Amino acid sequence: MKDLFSRTLQTTIIFLVIGGIMALALGGYFSGASNVFTGSLVNLQTWFSTRFVAIQDFFTSPRDIASLRQRNAELEGEVADLQAQVIQLQQEVGETQILAALVDFERAHSENTYRAAAVIGRDPSPFLHYVIINRGSNDGILRGMPVVTNQGLIGRIDAVIADAARVELITDPASSVNVRLQNAETDASLVGSVTGDLTLELIPQDINVQPGDLVLTSGLGGGYPPDLIVGQVVNVRSRDFDLFQQATVQPVVDFNRLEIVLVIVNFKPVDISPLIPPNP
Amino acid sequence: MRNIVALPVILFSVILQSAIISRVYLLSGIADLPLVMLAAWALQEEVDSAWQWAVATGLLVGFISGIPLIVPVLGYIAVVVLAQIFQRRVWQAPLLAMFSITFLGTIVVSVLSLVVLRFLGVPLPISDVLGLLTLPSVLLNMLLAIPVYAVMRDLARWVYPSLEVE
Repeated sequence: MKDLFSRTLQTTIIFLVIGGIMALALGGYFSGASNVFTGSLVNLQTWFSTRFVAIQDFFTSPRDIASLRQRNAELEGEVADLQAQVIQLQQEVGETQILAALVDFERAHSENTYRAAAVIGRDPSPFLHYVIINRGSNDGILRGMPVVTNQGLIGRIDAVIADAARVELITDPASSVNVRLQNAETDASLVGSVTGDLTLELIPQDINVQPGDLVLTSGLGGGYPPDLIVGQVVNVRSRDFDLFQQATVQPVVDFNRLEIVLVIVNFKPVDISPLIPPNP
Repeated sequence: MRNIVALPVILFSVILQSAIISRVYLLSGIADLPLVMLAAWALQEEVDSAWQWAVATGLLVGFISGIPLIVPVLGYIAVVVLAQIFQRRVWQAPLLAMFSITFLGTIVVSVLSLVVLRFLGVPLPISDVLGLLTLPSVLLNMLLAIPVYAVMRDLARWVYPSLEVE
C-alpha cells in the first residue's frame, strides 16, 4: 500500500514537473533554449538529408546523365535548325520589304514599265562606281536604260550581256545627269566623283539655292526620263568671281546597300551626240 | 595541263573580288584580290605560267569592269614583271618580296588607271586619288598579301610537286 502511494506520488510529481515545464515553455520562458534545440535538430536533419540525396544521386545519376546528354544533343540540334530558319526568314522578310516598296513605287509611277534585278557585284576597280545586275538582253535590257529604286535614280545601263548588265551609278566620276532644282526652277548638271560625292554644277549665280532643295532629273539631253528624284541639296558654294554656283547633293539612295533595283525598260535614250558641233 | 588550274583560280578570285571584296571600302579604296593573287603566284619558284595568268586575269577583269581593257592587262603584266625581278633579287625573303610587289603593283595599277581615265576625259583629282583611293588600297592589299601568299604557295606545291623536295 505504501509502495502504491509512493509510486502514485512519484508519477504525479513527474506529470506536474512536465506540465510545469510545458506551461513555462508555452509561456515563452524557454524560447532561447528551445531555439538552440530546434536549430540543432534542423541542422542535423539537413545534414543527413543532403548526404542521403547525394548518395542517392551517386547511385541513380549515370542513367540520368546519359539521357540528359541525349536530350541536350537533340535540343541543341533543334535550336540550330530553328536559328537557321530564323535567319532564312529574316532574309526573306527583308527581301519582301524591299520588293513591297518597289511594287508601291511601280504602282505610283505606272507610266513606266519596270524590270526588277538583283545587284550581284560591283566594279573590281575602285576608280569606277558601277554595279552588276542579274538581268541582261534576254530580259529586254538595253544600253542606256535608266535604273532606279523605290527611293530614286541610281544610274543607267552601261553594258549588257545575255544574262547580266553593268550599271553606271550617278556617283561615278564620269557620270553627268541633267537635273532641275524643284524649288528654284532651274536646270543644272549633277556630276559624280571618285569618292562617290555628288556635286551640282552650272547653277546660275542669280538663282537662290537653299539647303534642302529637292533635285530631280530634268529629262534634258534624253539620257534620263524627267522627274526622277535624285537627292537633296546639302550646302551651296557661291563665290562672286565664279560664273556658276556649286552645291553638294545628298543622294536619296544609299549606294552602299543596293540589293534590288528596277530598270525602266520602256525608256529609249536619245543619242544627241550627232547634234553636238565638233570642237574647232 | 598544269595551266588548267588557272581557270578556276582566276575565275574564283575575280568573282570574289566583284561580289564581296569590292563592297569593303577603306575610305574610297578597295583591295585587289586578283593583283595580290598574281603577285603571290608569280613569286613561286618553278612557276613559269605567270604571264598567261596575268593576261587571262586582265582580260577577265577588263570584261567585268568598266575600266578600259588595257589597264588591267598591262597592270597585271607589270605585276608579274615586278615579281620576276624581285624573285631573283630577294629570293631569300619571299614575304618581303611579296609585300614589295603588292605595294609597287598597287601603285602601278592605280597610276595606270588614273592616266588612262584622265586621258579619256574623266575628271579625277590627283590628290583625291592618291589620298583616298590609292593609299587605302595599298593598305588593304598588304593585309591580303600574307594569307593569299600562303594559299598560292600551297597551290604551287600541289601543281608543281617538285617544290616539296626542296
